[in-house]
Amino acid sequence: MALQSLDIARRSATTTPAPGVRQTTEVAKLIDVSTCIGCKACQAACMEWNDIRDEVGNCVGVYDNPADLTAKSWTVMRFAEVEEKGKLEWLIRKDGCMHCADPGCLKACPAPGAIIQYANGIVDFHQENCIGCGYCVTGCPFNIPRISQEDSKAYKCTLCSDRVAVGQAPACAKVCPTGAIQFGSKEQMKDYAAKRIVDLKSRGYDKAGLYDPQGVGGTHVMYVLHHADRPELYKGLPNDPSISPLVSLWKGFAKPLASVAMAAVALGSLFHYVMKGPNEVSKELEDELEKEDAK
Amino acid sequence: MTNHWVDIKNADLVLIMGGNAAEAHPCGFKWVIEAKKDRKAKLVVVDPRFTRSAAVADYYAPVRAGADIAFLGGVVNYLLTNDKIHHDYVKNYSNAGFLINPDFKFEDGIFSGYNAEKRNYGKDTWGYQMGKDGFVMVDPTLQDPNCAFQLLKKHYSRYTPDLVSKVSGTPKDQFLKVCEYIAETAAANKTMTILYALGWTQHSVGSQNIRTMAIIQTLLGNMGMAGGGINALRGHANVQGITDMCLFGANLPGYIASPTEADVDRKTYVEKRTPKPLRPNQMNFPQNFPKWFTSLQKAWYGNAAKPENDFAYEWLPKIDGAYDTLAIFEKMHQGKMNGFVCQGFNPLASVSHKKKVGDALAKLKYMVVIDPLITDTSEFWKAHGEFNEVDATKVQTEVFRLPANLFAEDTGSFTNSGRVIQWHWKAADGPGESKGDVEIIAALFQKLKAMYAKDGGKLPEPIMNLTWPHRIADKPSPAELLMEISGKALADVFDPKDKTKVIVKAGEQVAGFAQLRDDGSTSCGNWIYSGCWSQAGNLTARRDNADPSGLGQTLLWGFAWPANRRIIYNRASCDMDGKPWDPKRTVIRWTGTAWAGNDVPDMRPDAAPAEGVMPFIMTPEGVARLFAPGMADGPFPEHYEPFETPLDKNPFSPGNPKALNNPAARVYKGDMEVFGKAKDFPYVCTTYRLVEHFHFWSKHVRINAVLQPEQFVEIGEELAKEKGIANGDRVKVKSNRGFIKAVAVVTKRIPTLMVDGKKTHTVGIPIHWGFKGLTKPGFITNTLTPYVGDANSQTPEYKAFLVNIEKI
Repeated sequence: MALQSLDIARRSATTTPAPGVRQTTEVAKLIDVSTCIGCKACQAACMEWNDIRDEVGNCVGVYDNPADLTAKSWTVMRFAEVEEKGKLEWLIRKDGCMHCADPGCLKACPAPGAIIQYANGIVDFHQENCIGCGYCVTGCPFNIPRISQEDSKAYKCTLCSDRVAVGQAPACAKVCPTGAIQFGSKEQMKDYAAKRIVDLKSRGYDKAGLYDPQGVGGTHVMYVLHHADRPELYKGLPNDPSISPLVSLWKGFAKPLASVAMAAVALGSLFHYVMKGPNEVSKELEDELEKEDAK
Repeated sequence: MTNHWVDIKNADLVLIMGGNAAEAHPCGFKWVIEAKKDRKAKLVVVDPRFTRSAAVADYYAPVRAGADIAFLGGVVNYLLTNDKIHHDYVKNYSNAGFLINPDFKFEDGIFSGYNAEKRNYGKDTWGYQMGKDGFVMVDPTLQDPNCAFQLLKKHYSRYTPDLVSKVSGTPKDQFLKVCEYIAETAAANKTMTILYALGWTQHSVGSQNIRTMAIIQTLLGNMGMAGGGINALRGHANVQGITDMCLFGANLPGYIASPTEADVDRKTYVEKRTPKPLRPNQMNFPQNFPKWFTSLQKAWYGNAAKPENDFAYEWLPKIDGAYDTLAIFEKMHQGKMNGFVCQGFNPLASVSHKKKVGDALAKLKYMVVIDPLITDTSEFWKAHGEFNEVDATKVQTEVFRLPANLFAEDTGSFTNSGRVIQWHWKAADGPGESKGDVEIIAALFQKLKAMYAKDGGKLPEPIMNLTWPHRIADKPSPAELLMEISGKALADVFDPKDKTKVIVKAGEQVAGFAQLRDDGSTSCGNWIYSGCWSQAGNLTARRDNADPSGLGQTLLWGFAWPANRRIIYNRASCDMDGKPWDPKRTVIRWTGTAWAGNDVPDMRPDAAPAEGVMPFIMTPEGVARLFAPGMADGPFPEHYEPFETPLDKNPFSPGNPKALNNPAARVYKGDMEVFGKAKDFPYVCTTYRLVEHFHFWSKHVRINAVLQPEQFVEIGEELAKEKGIANGDRVKVKSNRGFIKAVAVVTKRIPTLMVDGKKTHTVGIPIHWGFKGLTKPGFITNTLTPYVGDANSQTPEYKAFLVNIEKI
């Protein structure tokens, strides 16, 4: 939902033009992996602020707990033991939604208004509009959204859009004891990262750098990495993420279902077109299908 | 901490050893990151495990659990042989030149004066050579073979890099690399801070681990400096406070030693604890002991403490033996205790050798547990499957649980590791019938007093005469208590230089311990806290973080004991002329007429440098001790193996079986017999904390339970392979005292070390689980640990013992 202080820039399966009067600063969260101690205060703060409590799980042989993101765990620490030049490194990365500038989830989402992108860059799920189809899961290059077993709706990090809307940093950034999680304008965060990278290079991390992948148009959650040349060292952070071609989905078992869905979408689009104008997402899907059919 | 949390940011080198600040002190760890980010400081971590502190370190070196003195003794040797010491500092500010009794000897791993039967030392030969003037004789050239410096050199010349590596398991090149980092801070304007915690204290040589580092910091000239010091990180938000107030039976508040049975009267007691200066012109600050002690007695007994009755000295308990944790449970185990009030303490989980503790509790008639949580201890009598195998029908102990408030449900003060006392305000009411600890104890006292009044009893005076000036007798307010602790004038207090001038009027709060008197005209509940609530009000409630120096001293934030001083021994941050060793980090300096600067000077304000008043004012010597005769187990730290060791000889004195373990450590009958041997228990085990949990509390909290749900043990990849254990398998870990079962975490972070030519594996076990709480039920880790403590403090040896491990 839009607030006075949160303009919506894009809305899934919707063509209504975005408001454009106000000036909005693009925000970003910067996770400086080189100063993260893996204390999980961010996980605790996330649970508290968002009123989510995951199950008490099990130890599965690693420090990662909960073992993976769930509908009730929107951020988790991922621990990787890596040997570099004979030296052990314990790379600890806070995982969660990257808030892509070009969000695959939003593009894939067929439910009007279930996924929105604010003018400040935050990508948010509005569960009341979610139909639980899981397309956002497929559309995400970072494997972030999770469908709840309880209400069949998709959940993920909101970047504390409610806090940001009133000028507060996300809960995780607020509690981070070492300042490994910073929050501000994307520009400020890039400047801060540049300083950290100089420091890391002076300590022998020649390939230190910023992770702000352009394949998804850049992200509003960025990492400072000691080994920016190999993000995959950080427990599978994608090297060059991009939105998976939706075609691969349509081509598979979902195609017959897709045809039905397409019919519905076409009908819906017609109404939509008549009422509100062209729907970009559907058009894209159609293009993809046309390409497929041409093969 | 001699320094404080924020000051860590001023360091050039942060050494974390015997601790794991990132996991046990994540909030304070921010200052390590600040030092790295803003000062380009280096972080070096030495630990048996590659911890989360190591994850952000510039350099990590492994060390075998229980071999810290071998490592640090090697550092001392490195500094001395490579001439990487701060010469002016060592010469002037330490007892390097002090001449030691020529009869002092160290032979075959044992110091002179050892009594093998009693397992203790007679210290007759450990003293200084006294001159005819009544002062210690000093050789300022440091050349006399009997001076402390030469003895130090001789002692640590045995700690060669090869032998250090052989004992500690630290590869020689890595040991030398750490030495290089440390040695850089011998420069006058470079400092190292050392952050340690239970990883050093919880050994049978715990105090000497820290002593070795004190020697290093003195040699490097890092004491008293911004970004330097010896910094013990305290775990609990208020464990510094409880220690200051008298955690141990051997102390009264403010580290005043308790009277013992040998102290037959006040005069004997006071004289024994009031030292004479050992060098001319020294402040010898403990000479004020009679003022601190008398004011304490006045705080307790008010008008009933009079010169005529020796200020109520008779009513103080006289210690008739040890009253540390191990001693208490030993007595309980012997059936010599009837009752036990267990307040904010979960000994079944947190004291070593759980079986012994459980058996001891079962011998009580009653136990009162005052705690906000349902502790494991409060259900020691109840069967919880394998986790607590006990037959409740055979336990007669009656257990009372009194629900207490949590800290956030009470107003009061916290004292942090940096000695900063900070007032805090109640955030919420406690649930149900819970009450504040003060209220519970006060009600108990009122009841006891009424019973004495009604029924009489043996020695009623200490109870009946206790002063109780609280507005609500059943509920003294935290403000009243802190005012009492800080102290006030009971009669007008006069200026000692001008007997006609009143400096504090009767009834007023004193400004600090300098105003305390030994004639009964002042009262003060804890001399080191004196002045925290002065006539100006509650200084611990101050929240002005102004920091004009940029050093983070913030003198208007809370109140640091003593005297709001943020860096102790800060006179040592200046050279003999009173100029700062590093003008960019000026703590204090001599202005020409007085000491002043960015801290409260730890020196008489008008003591001109030419007077030669030395910085370590709490010692009668005035200087830091390289040679420390006060220790129970030797004036120089020596490496001894843990009581359960993988080695059959101490490689530093292979010919002497008596020197295998700390010869002065106390071992009770029955405990020595259950020490395990390496042939049955071949792996070194160490226990520790995880950042996701706080001791045995947070297992009751859902969020913490989610973050670290189930008990595990950590082993290296090589041991896992040998034992056929895969990551996530369930394993059984046994010591000679019991077993636990848990999930195996197989990791590269626990290295296999070469110790004395043999591959040595480590098993690591976090402590946080138990049979009560929201985490998956687990075993009490202290089922495994040995019942033996440090020779000085009696802190149990939780950090180094032997186990075996097998896949279930």
